[in-house]
Amino acid sequence: MDKNYLLLANGQSAGIKNIPVLTEIDFDRECLHAIREEKCHVSAFFAVDSGEKTLLTAILADPGVRKFRVLQTPVSGKFLSLTPHHAGFNRFERDVFESGGLIPEGHPDLKPLRFTGGHAGEMEFFAMQGKAVHEVAVGPVHAGVIEPGHFRFECMGEKVYNLEISLGYQHRGVEKMLLNGPDKRTMHLIETAAGDSSVAAAWNICRIIESLGSLEVSENINLLRQCALELERCANHIGDLGALAGDVAFLPTAGFCGRIRGEYLNMSAVLAGNRFGRNFLVPGGIRYGSDAAVIREITAKLRIVMPELWNALELMFNSPTVLDRFENTGTVSRETALDLGLVGVAARACGLDMNTARDLPGGGFAIPSVIDTGKFNGDVLSRAVVRYEELKKSHEYLLATLDTLSCKISPSAVKIPALQSNAICISATEAWRGELCHTVITGDDGKFKLVKITDPSMHNWEGLAMALRDEEISHFPICNKSFNLSYCGHDL
Amino acid sequence: MWNSLKARLFQGYRTGKFPHRPPVLPERFAGRPQITADNCDQCGKCTEICPSDAIDFNNGNLRLDTGKCIFCSKCAEICPNKAIQMSKEYRLAAMSREKLIVTGSIWEPERPTDREFLKFCGKSLKIRQVSAGGCAACELDFNVLNTLAWDMGRFGIQVVASPRHADCILVTGPVSDNMLLALKKTYDAAPRPVWVIACGSCAVSGGIYQNSSVCSSGVEKILKPDLYVPGCPPHPATLLEGILRLMNKKF
Repeated sequence: MDKNYLLLANGQSAGIKNIPVLTEIDFDRECLHAIREEKCHVSAFFAVDSGEKTLLTAILADPGVRKFRVLQTPVSGKFLSLTPHHAGFNRFERDVFESGGLIPEGHPDLKPLRFTGGHAGEMEFFAMQGKAVHEVAVGPVHAGVIEPGHFRFECMGEKVYNLEISLGYQHRGVEKMLLNGPDKRTMHLIETAAGDSSVAAAWNICRIIESLGSLEVSENINLLRQCALELERCANHIGDLGALAGDVAFLPTAGFCGRIRGEYLNMSAVLAGNRFGRNFLVPGGIRYGSDAAVIREITAKLRIVMPELWNALELMFNSPTVLDRFENTGTVSRETALDLGLVGVAARACGLDMNTARDLPGGGFAIPSVIDTGKFNGDVLSRAVVRYEELKKSHEYLLATLDTLSCKISPSAVKIPALQSNAICISATEAWRGELCHTVITGDDGKFKLVKITDPSMHNWEGLAMALRDEEISHFPICNKSFNLSYCGHDL
Repeated sequence: MWNSLKARLFQGYRTGKFPHRPPVLPERFAGRPQITADNCDQCGKCTEICPSDAIDFNNGNLRLDTGKCIFCSKCAEICPNKAIQMSKEYRLAAMSREKLIVTGSIWEPERPTDREFLKFCGKSLKIRQVSAGGCAACELDFNVLNTLAWDMGRFGIQVVASPRHADCILVTGPVSDNMLLALKKTYDAAPRPVWVIACGSCAVSGGIYQNSSVCSSGVEKILKPDLYVPGCPPHPATLLEGILRLMNKKF
């Protein structure tokens, strides 16, 4: 093999011995070159034990060939930090440091990521000095009904000079509990790792088990899964747009969207019995079949709700008081987005043309068309409009696809076969926040030896911190809501 | 202003009829499980498949703990004799942990007995929510009660920003070690008397995370809940019905 990396399609599996093991210098050079020159981004970065040595593993998404690049380097005790060269490695290296004890030498701000053992928040925060400086600490328990996290603002007057986000409060040890799977708990742990992205996460792990266990899935089932995913994306985007309206006290849209979001959760429940689409995807197929009646119920509901949704959103986007708050607030530049390795809605809002569904196809089935990202400048308005335009694309897709699916699709309860041993499989899905990536490595017995979940929030939390820089502290709620990142998906 | 009014007319009045009429539940909704003990031949398939170890045999009698159950209904699917079946009963909340254990098919939701609670909170209830390892689903579906579709404000139920203003702490999640201190501090900051609601299977028993080495298997070991609401996540109707029953609201 002349390549310095192994190319793997989304959901393709390969023996771990096929992954090229480079020297550390080559590994670093290869990673940085791919990110700087070849438009790759980090999808996962972790250390895995392999007999007597520990292998640092990088998984880079390469939109050019629409595959993952996988490469490794042996390390012991320490390795040279890549964070000073590309900030997108920051949280990954902190994770490697915390979970494996490897020290990334030269990391500019080394500390644990999740603070296992009740130590969340016990860290040195970046602090400004000076008489006029004041600090604002928020969380972990917030004023609203949201997950816990701690935000530390360094301010002078109203202006925020730095925001540091300290997480870990939600740490439940998901990745550890998944080891030695798949077992009866696997799907449920995966679905609750970030409970608002259950369908996307379930699809990833299904694709991995199907690949490692050589299970075939029909195109119709993939299309139905994509429809379930679009319903999940719609519900969350609508909820976010409503909440953004609420945060600028534009109550009509906040009220309407709150109700309309529920309609989409109910549509998911028609399909899955659960408003979050849980227990619907199973390895090898789907848990509940669908027939003309189910599809008709969903399309009929969609046709009723759609005009109400566009009415609620157009009202907001045509309101000068809302636009005044959204425009040029919390701007993240395109360069910053690239440097931080942002993904998904946040990245597209900065003008980056990336979409996992298109860039890393998980099969030959149709996907929703992507939006044109050229016009976005990275402010709150951009992040809102990205959601709005994606809602349009999702609806087009749902209506077109559901019509073709009106045939009967049977449920498929497949016994999970023995998985390929000593293999790696990576699966990524465009969840509503962005690229959700799961990596599985199996051991000699074909059981999960390593499971790595990379929630889009892992990439994007730093984006929120940058959005607040030089911004008024009173803009924090709308900036935060415009990203709406997952705490539990990050803390696992 | 004119546009907002026009939109309001177009959108219409959308607050649901619950609790005056039962909630509209999907065809595939899995509610309270029912056990027909006579059908059970103790083959053990259900205990084997249950992802949250909610099913066991007590002196040979099948029982299902809805406090642990995540309502995946796999047990009902695998049982060859239909000894376990999922009903459409959405009223799942209970005021004692024992009441969550299903051994038969008859279930009458209990009425409140806590006179002190009724004296303080019978007419209005201020809730401070704490997510302690919750996956966001319970939090999102609790938020749904605040939307105009459910509008829990009409029953005097309100989410407050500070524990200082709270009558009640509503906990979601299995209580991660990292949230333990914050949960205790929030509880301590609330004026007495204060009540506790455990919302979702994780908060009731740890649910799917009951064996996690970095969680507390639910809120019970830390605070004594006054209301247990099973579900993964509980349907908004389940949660609202539970709270209304705790407040002894009659319709």
